[in-house]
Amino acid sequence: TDVIIESSVGYFTEGPERKDDIVKAKQEGKELTKEEKQRLRKEKKQQKKSKEKKDDKPSRDSEKEKKPASAASPAPQTPTQPPAQKAPSAAPAPVPVPASETPSAADKPAKSKAELKAERRARQEAERASKGKKGDVGPQAAPGKPKAPPSELQPVVKRLPEHVQVDNPEVLKKLAKKLERQQTPEYNAATKIPLRSDYGYKVSLFSHLHQYSRKAPLTQQLGIPSTVIHPAIVRLGLQYSQGIVAGSNARSVALLHAFKQVIRDYTTPPNEELSRDLVNRLKPYISFLNQCRPLSASMGNAIKYIKKEISNIPSQCKEEEAKRKLLNCIDCYINEKIVLAAKAIAKYSIEKISDGDVILVYGCSSLVNHILCEAFEKNRKFRVIVVDSRPRLEGREALRRLVQKGINCTYVLISAVSYILPEVSKVFLGAHALLANGYVMSRVGTSQIALVAKAFNVPVLVCCETYKFCERVQTDSFVSNELDDPDDLIVTRTGTTQLEHWQEVPSLGLLNLVYDVTPPDFVDLVITDLGMIPCTSVPVVLRVKNVDQ
Amino acid sequence: MMEPKYQNLVEYFRAQMRKDPDMASAVAAIRTLLEFLKRDKGETILGLRESLKWATDCLTGEDSSVAVSSGGELFLRFISLTSLEHQDLSRCKKVMEERGELFLEKISMSRTKVAKLCHTFIKDGAKILTHSYSRVVLRVLEKAAAEKKRFSVYVTESQPDSAGRQMAEALRKLNVPVTVVLDAAVGYVLEKVDLVIVGAEGVVESGGIINKIGTYQMAVCSKAHNKPFYVVAESFKFVRLYPLNQQDVPDKFKYKADTLKTVQNLSEEHPMIDYTPPSLITLLFTDLGVLTPSAVSDELIKLYL
Repeated sequence: TDVIIESSVGYFTEGPERKDDIVKAKQEGKELTKEEKQRLRKEKKQQKKSKEKKDDKPSRDSEKEKKPASAASPAPQTPTQPPAQKAPSAAPAPVPVPASETPSAADKPAKSKAELKAERRARQEAERASKGKKGDVGPQAAPGKPKAPPSELQPVVKRLPEHVQVDNPEVLKKLAKKLERQQTPEYNAATKIPLRSDYGYKVSLFSHLHQYSRKAPLTQQLGIPSTVIHPAIVRLGLQYSQGIVAGSNARSVALLHAFKQVIRDYTTPPNEELSRDLVNRLKPYISFLNQCRPLSASMGNAIKYIKKEISNIPSQCKEEEAKRKLLNCIDCYINEKIVLAAKAIAKYSIEKISDGDVILVYGCSSLVNHILCEAFEKNRKFRVIVVDSRPRLEGREALRRLVQKGINCTYVLISAVSYILPEVSKVFLGAHALLANGYVMSRVGTSQIALVAKAFNVPVLVCCETYKFCERVQTDSFVSNELDDPDDLIVTRTGTTQLEHWQEVPSLGLLNLVYDVTPPDFVDLVITDLGMIPCTSVPVVLRVKNVDQ
Repeated sequence: MMEPKYQNLVEYFRAQMRKDPDMASAVAAIRTLLEFLKRDKGETILGLRESLKWATDCLTGEDSSVAVSSGGELFLRFISLTSLEHQDLSRCKKVMEERGELFLEKISMSRTKVAKLCHTFIKDGAKILTHSYSRVVLRVLEKAAAEKKRFSVYVTESQPDSAGRQMAEALRKLNVPVTVVLDAAVGYVLEKVDLVIVGAEGVVESGGIINKIGTYQMAVCSKAHNKPFYVVAESFKFVRLYPLNQQDVPDKFKYKADTLKTVQNLSEEHPMIDYTPPSLITLLFTDLGVLTPSAVSDELIKLYL
């Protein structure tokens, strides 16, 4: 019971005084009244705010040290100047404010109040100006965006997700803080979720993305015993980062099974509701998994579903029953969205496979392999061409599975695609996610195959379950992608490693992209569990699904 | 045992077609199905549905156009789309019959709606190219002529049944200057025309159309010349097919019904229809509104789900 009390106490406070109060209250066996709970929440919020302000000030100091104090005007005049400067251009706003504060850097403690006032006024002016000229802020904000902190001073601009702002030190600091805050009970350094550092030189076009090394998995930095992260999740994280569990469906299913284990081992602490506490428990796990390997769209949708189910558990439900319900929900989800969907998609696809077809597949998609095996069992006569690419060489796995069934296969590398395409009658591709504007996000190389197939007038069919449909919009492969370990590119088939010391060459960068996006003009048909739809109808499916929910 | 029923059905269908040659074959089929429903002496709703499906199949065997099968299926869906919770079978039947009459009324207005939408796209002095004999296109051009617009029309001859000549006759009666061109002369004539309007036998899920053979060629040529390619079709022609290319269209639509029954080796027969992919179509005019090819899938989902 001592452990449990402490674990729930960790939620409420950062300072030691409040902790004593609450420990006392709990040990007296009294439940905190509603007002007390509200008061605690308010105080927690205020403490967070003051902590953030403290953090912001030193960060802004470091920022202005980098920027030249060009508009350095004497300190007393400066609080009035920034508001005037705000009106013409909101985007360079952060520059004059820190620049004007540089002279006051010397006597900071004395000027702190005035500084804060000036900041607040500047912020208000910025907000007013940007609200007045919304159109102007947009294009001006765009070049200013990577430099300025995205949230406070430009409320009109939508916040970018942090995983595409790796080159912005502000965002990294915020992420580190968030991970610190997410640790629940014991807050000693050994048990917090570490922030994984990037590895190696990054090509400048992709410097806004993370690039991790496989030789330094996050699990090495975790202390033992790691009571913050459930061992099933630690194992899962390691499996993701080493590539043992790969492929969008496999990752989602593994995630759901690990969450089932977490739910089985979970006990509600006293004075907490399962629906809220469990969701908070899952947050550090999800951040941890995100650090091991960025979450896929399918995993994101699965997590949304679980969180919704957990928060919909009625408060009067007993713990055992609630857990049973949740486990049941997860099983249903896996069954409906993955297993049965695959059967439905196979049924529709078999109509499109006729005798004498030559089908081209790329890489290893569990769904496409399933479809081809089913079609072969239904006695369709066709042969398959498997296209593969370095460094993952996933096509070999697909080749193994198809040949085991007895399907006639040919194997080529992606460089030979234009040679082999005149023989092909259809191309079947799997997808990692389908975006709301009809673009298909899939393994790197897919858009190349779709492009060449279009040039040869060969129909391209994409097979994708509906749980992989995501509300995001993307038109190119740069803005959001995943960078894999660049060391994978070093070794070639013959075993030569001329690139072994690539880090020592300053002008050399290795790029190992994982995903790319294919525009809908290259895709003729998307086969989903709801039927066959054109690529442009993805938002219709999303709309229908939202209405259902 | 089915014979007299089958005979009656087909006779009624043929009679409907003869009575009003201007009516679409799908409308005649739906009238026949409605009559069949009224006369049916089934005991269960499921039995009723089964026999309606059987009737649709018979009619498709009689007239193999895509519209008949799509019209039949939509009719069945429309009448069953209401709550059939009544205890009494005759009451359910009555409800279904009323819905059937409603459906027929709606689709008989569809051609007028299409004509109203499309005629504004025909500007004064326009030169129009069309393919074969389509009653919907005829209605559109009638409306445009009634609006006192001056335009001239080129019609392709459309072999093997020379349906284009029929179209030319009908247009001459409207005092519209018309020229009949060879099917092979489409590329030659396209530089002179301003827009291309064709009808459709069926509109497929991808937004493409199935129409008389020669339409695909015309679409490709108009794309090459950057001329707009418009399709006019009623909504009951929307069908749940998704062909990837010409080969993928099912054989039962490609050939005439009698050919399918009599001929052994279909590869020697010439197909009567072809498939035009959505990338070549500019706009579709339907009684549901003016749609782009990608919006067709949206409408189909609404109609069928």
